[in-house]
Amino acid sequence: MIQAVFSHGGVIDPQTPIEDFWPFTILTIVKMVVVFTVYMVGVALLTFAERKISAWIQDRIGPNRVLWKGFGQVLADGVKNFMKEETYPEAAYKALFILAPMLAFVPAMVTWAVIPFASPLPTRWGLMSMAVADLPVGFLFTLAISSLGVYGIVLAGWSSNNKYALLGGLRSSAQMISYEIAMGMSTVCVLLLAGNVNLNSIVEQQATQGWNVVLLSVAFLVFFVATYAETNRLPFDMPEAESELIAGYHTEYSAMKFSMFPISEYANMVTASALTSLLFFGGWDIPFTTWDNVPPWTTLKTIVTLGVFAIKVIFFLFTFMWIRWTLPRFRYDQLMSLGWKVMLPAILAYVVIIAGTLLGLDAAGIARSSRAFTGILFGLNLACVGVLLFVLDRGRLLSPAQSRLKSAELSRLRQVASRSTLAPVTGD
Amino acid sequence: MAITVKVLNRPIAEASYLRATLGGMARTFKHMVNPHKVTVQYPEMREPVSPRWRGTHRMLTTEDGKAKCVGCGLCPTVCPANCIKLVPGEDEQGNRYPLVFEIDEFRCIFCGYCQEVCPEEAIHMGRHYENAEYSRASFVYDLERLTAQTHPVSQLWDPSDPAGE
Ligand code: SF4
Ligand code: SF4
Repeated sequence: MIQAVFSHGGVIDPQTPIEDFWPFTILTIVKMVVVFTVYMVGVALLTFAERKISAWIQDRIGPNRVLWKGFGQVLADGVKNFMKEETYPEAAYKALFILAPMLAFVPAMVTWAVIPFASPLPTRWGLMSMAVADLPVGFLFTLAISSLGVYGIVLAGWSSNNKYALLGGLRSSAQMISYEIAMGMSTVCVLLLAGNVNLNSIVEQQATQGWNVVLLSVAFLVFFVATYAETNRLPFDMPEAESELIAGYHTEYSAMKFSMFPISEYANMVTASALTSLLFFGGWDIPFTTWDNVPPWTTLKTIVTLGVFAIKVIFFLFTFMWIRWTLPRFRYDQLMSLGWKVMLPAILAYVVIIAGTLLGLDAAGIARSSRAFTGILFGLNLACVGVLLFVLDRGRLLSPAQSRLKSAELSRLRQVASRSTLAPVTGD
Repeated sequence: MAITVKVLNRPIAEASYLRATLGGMARTFKHMVNPHKVTVQYPEMREPVSPRWRGTHRMLTTEDGKAKCVGCGLCPTVCPANCIKLVPGEDEQGNRYPLVFEIDEFRCIFCGYCQEVCPEEAIHMGRHYENAEYSRASFVYDLERLTAQTHPVSQLWDPSDPAGE
């Protein structure tokens, strides 16, 4: 039966997309299983990597007891989480309480359905795209799905019927809204340049014009900051904020339902890293060579580009952890002011600048794939980044900056302080 | 209503978030690739303890295996935590010995007075720190246990050599 399904009457060119139904379906299922497995194992290993990296940064050793070099810790943690008692708070709304961890986890994983992670693979039945589903609207899909992730957190906070959990959930939704806008705007620039919402064509565009990180640096910076806010990672882990809210939205959770939240956080990190490398770092493109971007596609190209993509994703995952163990958490008002007062205006202005430049360059007849086009955009970007960084550096934008202390006021305060009885007694 | 927060006028180099962030990231990275190795892998590796370390007690014995204690009663007297229980006895030759000698290590504050006061150099503090037990009762060390322990004993503080060199 299977043999009959896979044998084909005519000769098929491996360089054209798969058209037959059965090979397509079966290969897609295979891709799903493989991607899911790799993803879940990767997430499990990430928890281990996080603990190790945090340990190294803090001059510790980290988990090193279970099996070889502590790698068994992943298994041990998993078993522990399954064996633990599940508790249900009496006042919780059970249905949502159980549903929330799943809701938090699923969107992160679903996004992976459209992410192309290597160049297409030629098979006996035609060219297989290396994304589970190569949607024509892939990018819009990721935007739509990734904003669903907040529901898990909000519902977890609300259904626990605990004030800290509720606060965590509320913070999460407010934060998500604030940063989703900046994030969406920053990707508008990418779409302007690519002229397409298919993720594979965004990769192709970057292969011909140069990576978006040099062409759209400001958009990259905003996107980068926004991904941290979207994944609730430090310095934006307001919803969790254990020093203020116990554990935020998952205060009431235990056992496996609890560990679904960390898992979904890591899953979100992987997705965000993949999106960052896809939109701004050329996806599976190998820099400084066009060998990997042109037909004929071969298995070797697929493997090499897969490796390159993995390296990029791992680098961003590492950055997530590196930043987490470096920066302290923002205060809530700082978070909001950064989102609304800095990133949103900056990215709005930037969209206008980029759109104007593209319009001008097209009107001047400079081809999009030419060196001049890349050069001009790059120069423009350097200027924009310079201005942005200068303003950020001078503006003290992350201080509350409500009322700067006047020097007269300062000296008055100093006088008050010196008259205070708590001031050290001098003389006799 | 906006909350007004005082902001001190510090120089930009101090107040800039960007520079602080980049500096911090450089620092954490340095630590990550070149950590200060301070961790001791405890059960396999141990830090040496000071010769004057005062841990759980040991009762030294004479050559024939009997406790050196003569039941003089000085240590229960001097003990500030009142945790030594002593019932002295006397044999046919008139040698005094402890009938009951118990130290409640839970109440002991490890001051070392008992070792200092003992005229027979019988009771000693030990250089030892692994004392976990399953019950509180087993922290009351009786004479048998005190004499059976083998860990090294601590030195007394010598006033002519205060740093212990
Ligand atoms: S060390 Fe101090 S508290 Fe402990 S038994 Fe000796 S005298 Fe008592
Ligand atoms: S001071 Fe020494 S001899 Fe006297 S009772 Fe205590 S242990 Fe025995």
